[in-house]
Amino acid sequence: MTTERIIVVGNGMVGHKFIDTVINSDNPENYEIVTFSEEPRLAYDRVKLSSYFSGSSVDDLMLTSEEHYQSSGVVYTLNDKVLEIDGDAKTVTTASGKVEGYDKLVLATGSFPFVPPIPGKDQPHCLVYRTIEDLEDITASAQESKVGVVVGGGLLGLEAANALKNLGLETHVVEFAPRLMAVQLDEGGGNLLRRKVESLDVNVHTEKNTKNIGAGKKRRYVMEFTDGSELETDMIVFSAGIRPQDELARNNGIDIGERGGIVVDNYCRTSVEDIYAIGECALWDGKIFGLVAPGYQMAKVAYAHINGDSDQFTGADMSTKLKLLGVDVASIGDAHARTPGAQTYTYEDGVNEVYKRIIVSEDGKKLLGAVLVGDAESYGTLQQMCVNDMALPESPEQLILPASDGSAGASMGVDALPDAAQLCSCLDVTKGDIVDAVQSGCCSMGDIKDKTGASTGCGGCAALVKSVMDKELENLGVEVNNHICEHFEYSRAELADIVRVKKIESFDALLDSHGKGLGCDICKPAVGSILASFWNDYVLEDKHIGLQDTNDIYLGNMQKDGTYSIVPRVAGGEITPDKLIVLGQVAKEFNLYTKVTGGQRIDLFGAQLHELPLIWKQLVDAGFETGHAYGKSLRTVKSCVGSTWCRYGVQDSVGMAIALENRYKGVRSPHKIKFGVSGCTRECAEAQSKDFGVIATENGWNLYVCGNGGMRPRHADLFATDLDDETLVKYIDRAMMFYIRTADRLQRTSVWLENLEGGLDYLRDVVINDKLNIAQELEDDMTSNIGKYQCEWKTTIENPEKLKRFRHFVNSEEQDTNLAYVVERDQRRPATEAERENHIPAVEVTA
Amino acid sequence: MTTNSASVSEASQWVEVCRLTDLTPDTGVCALIENKQIALFYSGKLNELFAIDNFDPIGKANVLSRGIIGSQGDRICVASPLYKQHFDLKTGECLEEPEHSVAAYAVKVEDEWVSIAIN
Ligand SMILES: Cc1cc2nc3c(=O)[nH]c(=O)nc-3n(C[C@H](O)[C@H](O)[C@H](O)COP(=O)(O)OP(=O)(O)OC[C@H]3O[C@@H](n4cnc5c(N)ncnc54)[C@H](O)[C@@H]3O)c2cc1C
Repeated sequence: MTTERIIVVGNGMVGHKFIDTVINSDNPENYEIVTFSEEPRLAYDRVKLSSYFSGSSVDDLMLTSEEHYQSSGVVYTLNDKVLEIDGDAKTVTTASGKVEGYDKLVLATGSFPFVPPIPGKDQPHCLVYRTIEDLEDITASAQESKVGVVVGGGLLGLEAANALKNLGLETHVVEFAPRLMAVQLDEGGGNLLRRKVESLDVNVHTEKNTKNIGAGKKRRYVMEFTDGSELETDMIVFSAGIRPQDELARNNGIDIGERGGIVVDNYCRTSVEDIYAIGECALWDGKIFGLVAPGYQMAKVAYAHINGDSDQFTGADMSTKLKLLGVDVASIGDAHARTPGAQTYTYEDGVNEVYKRIIVSEDGKKLLGAVLVGDAESYGTLQQMCVNDMALPESPEQLILPASDGSAGASMGVDALPDAAQLCSCLDVTKGDIVDAVQSGCCSMGDIKDKTGASTGCGGCAALVKSVMDKELENLGVEVNNHICEHFEYSRAELADIVRVKKIESFDALLDSHGKGLGCDICKPAVGSILASFWNDYVLEDKHIGLQDTNDIYLGNMQKDGTYSIVPRVAGGEITPDKLIVLGQVAKEFNLYTKVTGGQRIDLFGAQLHELPLIWKQLVDAGFETGHAYGKSLRTVKSCVGSTWCRYGVQDSVGMAIALENRYKGVRSPHKIKFGVSGCTRECAEAQSKDFGVIATENGWNLYVCGNGGMRPRHADLFATDLDDETLVKYIDRAMMFYIRTADRLQRTSVWLENLEGGLDYLRDVVINDKLNIAQELEDDMTSNIGKYQCEWKTTIENPEKLKRFRHFVNSEEQDTNLAYVVERDQRRPATEAERENHIPAVEVTA
Repeated sequence: MTTNSASVSEASQWVEVCRLTDLTPDTGVCALIENKQIALFYSGKLNELFAIDNFDPIGKANVLSRGIIGSQGDRICVASPLYKQHFDLKTGECLEEPEHSVAAYAVKVEDEWVSIAIN
């Protein structure tokens, strides 16, 4: 079979999706793909564009990479615009003069921001919001501005307003219509949104029509409105809607709609043979779809058609759910009740600022649409009811009324959903996909995300996906039981609450009041850790000692032969030459294998039980403290050298790392915790792979949370930006204590966050906005824990009773005779089994 | 104080290893008896003593005395500190891999002295 040559014009989100679909199909070898991008880089996530302002790098936003395209055989040209199409000769010509032939041509040229034809709109500091370059321009302009105006109060306009506000500008939104988000919201919803936005210090001006942009008196410009009023500003961002980028098609004889857009049929074919159009440039049934999910569907449909299949595009649901300036907003289906005979139910809670409205059919049987502002929890349920034409409950108002017990309103039984119901529109995951995933063994949200990708895009479907998962687990008879073990019918988080609220101070007391049996190696260490997290007693106290796991019980890390390794704390990785020499001397005296760890400290291996106190005596005398390498607790705060020495550093990262390490050292937690502090955005400390990552900015610190290296790497999420020292510590105190209270046993922060209902936004609500009203408590718990810090090794070597345990035999001074070593690269290591069997004595195996 | 009565026979020989006060409730120690390492455990909650081999046949190291003790259903066990298999303290049986079971020994306390019976 000969290969078909496909040219894709535009490498935006949808063009890339098309290419990705081909690459991942069963027969990529049948196609040769060539793509042109007018932008200087391959496709990036435009939907998440605004996160560029809150610290995401261009790399974070990229949807693919040049390496990936190269290895998949995709030929690409950046910075080159396609100018002409010859539909007869089947060639395209680019601005740089390239001429390329095609068998199939796919237009994915997207759209461009509409700038109203106002005199003065082309001056400097009059900008738009669509590409990474636009955002760079906005950042540069903001540095020379105090006041900024966004023209347009729609979805994108409010995102832009949020950006201007975060850039420190006095921010105004100017809207032509009488309310914000006029396309998606009805009057009630628009009014509430306005109140909420204004309370965040964004000035909203509705029903304003700009007639001129002239030179200002106090500020750079003055905007003159048709009603005679004026507004002075230094910069303007136009966000007054988008227009399909159809110029290329228009100039080359392809049919265009009356008001723009490349006309396509159900197969995404244009009026010219072998030419397709997909994404925001395409006009289907007189409609342009300004969202990414319908574009993705078109990409799949166009590929299917080229590949000889017959999938069709039959329109898309334009429901949206967003968080704009921190306000939850959702619009579903016929939000404006335009369907003839439509009836509505409205719920408005002025105190908690919640507005909900549902639109139902004339006969009251079907849901036609909904508007939610301030609380969009029921989005998933309502959206599914709407798109699947499901029958409404007897009294539809229950869908938006809060239940009398204070929980969220009635939710739909997910059983009623058809298998084909698309739950995640970003990644196109159906209910059937989730059910399959559960049947193949997934039983947590983390598993589901990994396996299906569901709710890894915008995350709006998380609650719904979770209920489908829970329901299916129940159907399979999997008892969704989170009991920690057979001795306690409670989860770790519940045990933590019990211990904290009832002020229980020992395992035995907890077992007597809430458990059964003797306990085991699962619940004992978990409870030991909880007790330490809240009360922070000495872990080797008689009532706690039996709870300590393998490593904690001898305050060292047990190695495969039963000996221990020793890791003194080296806060922030900073160490004096004198202390380094002490480590060397101790290692030499006790013949310890020595290795530098990934956490910027030094690990000494091969100490026998009776040697541990002798070694630690020397270390403590020299000023070392225990490094808690054995504990589920703070391990290290890795740092780069920062502004004190580095030419690029903007803050003292070592100083901050040492302060953080000394603050949180010894705090026991559900699992180990690692920090990193980088002195500039070059990120040499790899902070984004840590549970808590701190990266210096010109103005303070950006805080990242819940990253992980290890088996399942996860980039930390940007949590808050430009924090001062005090706020940084406050947020970490709260987030860490919240993790300690609510995580499962041995659950790292990364998995914890993935399973936290509401995810990152919820965590921000708890930590930053104090939604649960516990911030003070969390801080107090942390302060009390930190106040009780002690170096466990110092306490131990000063206590002769405790030292009695540090010997191999209770009835003899002899040592374990089962230990055997060989020398490799000038140090000893445990002999392997084969070496032992051959009785290879402790000889050097290398020179 | 009750004591474990595992495999005491005519030929058994009792060896004193330590005082009861040398033991911390809910932990273990290791005793050396005629070149054999024996793990001795003291359950505070049951007020009972147990002894099994100290050698972990799976991890292949002398470490069982350093494991956490507790119950699995009705059985009193220690979890190996290396790879966490459970050994029944009364019989020495390994719950997960019975082919890797260890020996159990009788223990008694007289005048505050703890003795272990070996054959
Ligand atoms: C700030 C912002 C937030 C958004 N938020 C959301 C959201 O929350 N949810 C949602 O669903 N959607 C959102 N969108 C919309 C979403 O980004 C678009 O629907 C999506 O990007 C459309 O993809 P596309 O490939 O059709 O167009 P684009 O991504 O715009 O890609 C088109 C590409 O083609 C290039 N091009 C055009 N003409 C030519 C030519 N002649 N030769 C070569 N290259 C050419 C362009 O330079 C561009 O790179 C948002 C958009 C923005 C700007």
